[in-house]
Amino acid sequence: MNVTVALTIADRQLGSRLITGTGGAPSLEVLERALRASGTELTTVALRRLDPAATGSVLDVLDRLGITALPNTAGCHTAAEAVLTAQLARDAFATDWVKLEVIGDERTLLPDVSELLDAAASLVDQGFVVLPYTTDDPVVARRLAEVGCAAVMPLGSPIGSGGGIRNPHNIRLIREAVDVPVILDAGIGTASDAALAMELGCDAVLLASAVTRAQDPERMATAMRLAVEAGWAARHAGRIPERLHAQASSPMEGRVQLG
Amino acid sequence: MIEIRLNGKAVRLEHGTHLRALVTERVERVGGVAVARNEEVVPRSEWIGTVVRDGDRIEILVAAQGG
Repeated sequence: MNVTVALTIADRQLGSRLITGTGGAPSLEVLERALRASGTELTTVALRRLDPAATGSVLDVLDRLGITALPNTAGCHTAAEAVLTAQLARDAFATDWVKLEVIGDERTLLPDVSELLDAAASLVDQGFVVLPYTTDDPVVARRLAEVGCAAVMPLGSPIGSGGGIRNPHNIRLIREAVDVPVILDAGIGTASDAALAMELGCDAVLLASAVTRAQDPERMATAMRLAVEAGWAARHAGRIPERLHAQASSPMEGRVQLG
Repeated sequence: MIEIRLNGKAVRLEHGTHLRALVTERVERVGGVAVARNEEVVPRSEWIGTVVRDGDRIEILVAAQGG
């Protein structure tokens, strides 16, 4: 049984609410097993200078698994760099979709939201389906949605940190602030982080390092698939309100009378 | 002969080399490849008609694991 319902981003329906990255895997073979286990239908790839020594391509892996490549603009520090990279990616991968990253700080890899907004507006004007990696600031998320981004992708904590979701409150506020899908991107460390993201109202989770750098990437990919499904199901099952005191689940009537 | 910068390195080429030849000599599959010439995208459809000129800065980019 499929636990979740399909996620619609722009004109595309995704059966899996887990979006993965391909960075950090020790080999293409390990990556392939992990991606298969994750059940993902959409996976990020980067665009880099041709390496004459490289053997095999990440695109061959995606082709075999029937997974769509989502190009990113990783490593870009200005709107101009990100726009050019997106244009190159559009030509390389024959897709209008782009995961937009504009980094403002090398140590934290936090987004430069000013450049990000400029790049997002420009790319939307050029017909791109823009999925921006952004901070957990609800105002920035709203601005990104207003310029026409197809989704917003706030971080839980810095890229690759495995720090989980540092500010769950803001993720809930972002869910309220925009009508487009909210995708928790960056910071996931383990399965409970992914489940929490979905319980907070995110529509999907994007993660890479948590799987590709795990000791057993294939097993962690399975864990993430289940966590995303579990979190989504819990979110939509209507959880009980939190209470300060206990509430007995067994009836008080009809208790055995002793003595 | 002309000299260009290809992915940041000096490369000497025959006069009249076009971008398509430059790319296909170096990559096995052209799917997933993008080319920039002097910081502008050259769409795949224009590779064949674009002759590389002395001093051009050419980038050949391919899919890599990332993000």
